[in-house]
Parts: sequence; C-alpha cells; structure tokens
Amino acid sequence: MRNLIRFINTYSFFFLFLFFEVLAFYLLLSNNHFQQAAFLNATNSVTAGLQKEYSKLTDYLNLREVNQNLSLENERLRSKQQYSFHKLYGPNFLINDTLYQRQYLYSKAKVINNSINKQNNYITLNIGSLNGIQKGMGVLAPNGIAGVVKEVSKHYAAVVSLLHSNAKVSVKLSNSSYFGSMQWDGEDYLEGVLKDIPNHVELHLGDTILSSGYSATFPADIAVATISSFEKIPGENFYKIKVKFLTDFKNLSYVHVVKNIRKTEQKELEEKTEVEYD
Amino acid sequence: MIRSYIVYPLQFIFLVVLQGVVLNNVQFSSYINPYLYILFILWLPIKTPKWLLLVLAFALGISVDVFSNTLGMHASATLFLAFCRPFVLQLFAPRDGYEPNQKPCIQDFGFAWFVAYAAILTLLHHLFLFYVEVFRFSDFFSTLGRVTASSFFSLVLIVISQLFFYNAEEKR
Repeated sequence: MRNLIRFINTYSFFFLFLFFEVLAFYLLLSNNHFQQAAFLNATNSVTAGLQKEYSKLTDYLNLREVNQNLSLENERLRSKQQYSFHKLYGPNFLINDTLYQRQYLYSKAKVINNSINKQNNYITLNIGSLNGIQKGMGVLAPNGIAGVVKEVSKHYAAVVSLLHSNAKVSVKLSNSSYFGSMQWDGEDYLEGVLKDIPNHVELHLGDTILSSGYSATFPADIAVATISSFEKIPGENFYKIKVKFLTDFKNLSYVHVVKNIRKTEQKELEEKTEVEYD
Repeated sequence: MIRSYIVYPLQFIFLVVLQGVVLNNVQFSSYINPYLYILFILWLPIKTPKWLLLVLAFALGISVDVFSNTLGMHASATLFLAFCRPFVLQLFAPRDGYEPNQKPCIQDFGFAWFVAYAAILTLLHHLFLFYVEVFRFSDFFSTLGRVTASSFFSLVLIVISQLFFYNAEEKR
C-alpha cells in the first residue's frame, strides 16, 4: 500500500495529465455523438452572440460578391415568375390547377459563423426554433447545397456543413440520372468526391450534378457541382470522380433553410416498409 | 507578484478572444490556420507548479473549443503541450539550472533559445491537434504537411508577438 502511494506520488504529474486527457477525449467523443449538444447550445448563446457582433463588422468586406450572387438568384427566380410567361389562352379562361402542390417552404437566414479549414466544419445561422427551424432541415446556398441543420436553439441553428467528414448528399447526373453520393474528402474546400457511379456510364468533364431529392431533405434538380476529373480504376465497378462545388463555402453570407412539408409522410412510409419486409 | 495575478488572467482572456474571433477566420490557402493561443502556456513562469500548468491548459483548451465548436479537441492538444513543457525546459536548462522568477521569453534567455523552445512545443501541439482532428492515419502525409505549414505560421506569429511585447518592456 505504501509503495502504491509512493508510486502514485512520484508519477502524480503523469496521472493528472492522464486524468485530464481522458476527460478531454470523453468530451470530444461524446460531443461527436450529439449527447453533448445541450451543453454546446447553452454555451453557444454566449459565443454566438459575440460572433454575431463580429460578423456585423466583417459583412462589409464581401458585400460585392454577395450582391452579385443575390442578383443572379433574383434573375433566375424572376424568369420563373408567372409574368414572364406568355399566356396562350384568352383572359376569361380558368385553369383550376391541382397538378402542382406545394412541397417545400423556404426561410432566409444569415450566416453568422462559418469555417472551412477543419475536417468537420459547421455553420451557425441567425434563426432558430422560434423561426420554425427544426433538426434535419436542408440548407441551400445561392448556388447549390450548404448543409443540414444539426441542432437548434431558440435563436440560432447549427448546421453541419457539406465540408464535414460525415456529410453525404444524394445526387444524380444531369444527363443520365444515374445516382450516387457526394462527399467531401477533407482536402480542398472547393472540391469533393462523387461515389457509386458505375463504370459503364459515359461521363464528360464539366457535367452538371443535380440533387436527387431522394433523401427528402433537399428538393430535386438543384445544380450542386460539376465534374472536374474522373478515372476508371482497374478491377473496380465504380468511377473515381472529383467534383467542383458550385457553392463557395468561403464566401457564404445568406442562405435558405428548406422545409419539406411531406418529409414525415415519406419517412414513415419508408420505415414501415423496411420494418415489414426485411 | 501581485502584478501577475492581473496580467495572466488578462492575457488568457485576450488570447482566447483573439483566437476565437479573429484567428479562427484566418486561412492561408485553405489548409493553414495559425493557433496563437498556446502562447499563454509557453509564457507561464518556469517555476509554475506542474498541476497548475495542466489545470490552466485544460481551461484554455476548453475555452478555445467552445469558440470553434470542437469540444475536447483543443483541450486534449493543449494538455499534451503542457505535459511536454517541463521536459522541453529540462532539455534547454542552463548549466546551473533556472533561477526563480525567470520566464521563458526572449528577455531572459535570448532569441535563439526562445525560438527553439517555442518551435518544439508548437510542433508537438500541432501534431497532436491535427491527428486528433483527422482521427485516422490513412492520410498520414497530407496531415503532416498541414501540421508543418500551420506550425510555421503559428511560430512566426508567436515570435512576432513576443518581439512586440519585448520592445514594450524595453521602453518602460
């Protein structure tokens, strides 16, 4: 017993180090597993407040590009407005349109914190549960996809950026609708990889990649990336494809959060099927 | 003595806020990110009790973590830094040992000594930090490249800020 105490006493520095290190790793691992989210949310209201003030200051620096992106988006949306279509029928013709029903709702949000230099990047938005934001909603950038909402507090939302080692987006090719999953490989923030596209599909550099809409998080047919390089690997069934994101994550200021009104319906049906027929 | 009760907490807060608000947003070529906050641990007096070193390192790491949403990551790396510090100091000890009240800074030990001391500890801290962040050894060399580049920039910042304070002390 005395020897044990003497042993611990001699190496007390090392044991104390070990103790703290275990504590740090416990925090690190449990935080990755979402349990620590409550703690993070509480502290976030302090740091997010500070970061909001800071982002007010730096807003001016990239106003130019932001304006450009917004006006491009306006242009696209305006061309879809009713007044930009020519009417074929006369003024007294009534079409009761039940073909189109609303599935997605959008709310605009401002990015108040963002990073691109880590392996797991997160985005903080200035809207939260009071604005109707919920876990699992998709976040759209002016061009393409930005991420998925992970946690919400009353006034803020934490978003898992597409630049996250666990983030995956279901996408498809624009010209052949073969689908695969797009991920970030942790290297360049402008580039990602596209997996699961079979070898026999014909690809071209610069082909557009669209969101597939399978996951019920994002609407289908949003352009998200272009193919920047691809190669066939001998002995494998799938291409190795590099894609260039259309979203510039370094210059993200205003985004839209997407709410899919029918998500629960789709998910419930899918889960029910899996349970019953597996 | 009493002065240090005011100076060190102020330094702590200043470095954490500087790291969280400014330096976390600084990137060169999307890979490199300087971490200046470890300067706090580097600067503590040589005779600082070892347990206090670890406690301060943990507090510092957690504070930086809260700003960058990576709970535990900076804490574990900063702890490792604090753990290594006594051994590095031992390695660089003058022939007749350290005197009380000495601080590991340029004023007391000279430029070359400080750069060597800071370089080793910065590199150790960054190695630990980046490999914990990646959490796998598959991209060993690309991570090593990021470690080297980031360490270099952190070290440049550390030496610059040290020289900055050095001149301020001289004038007084």
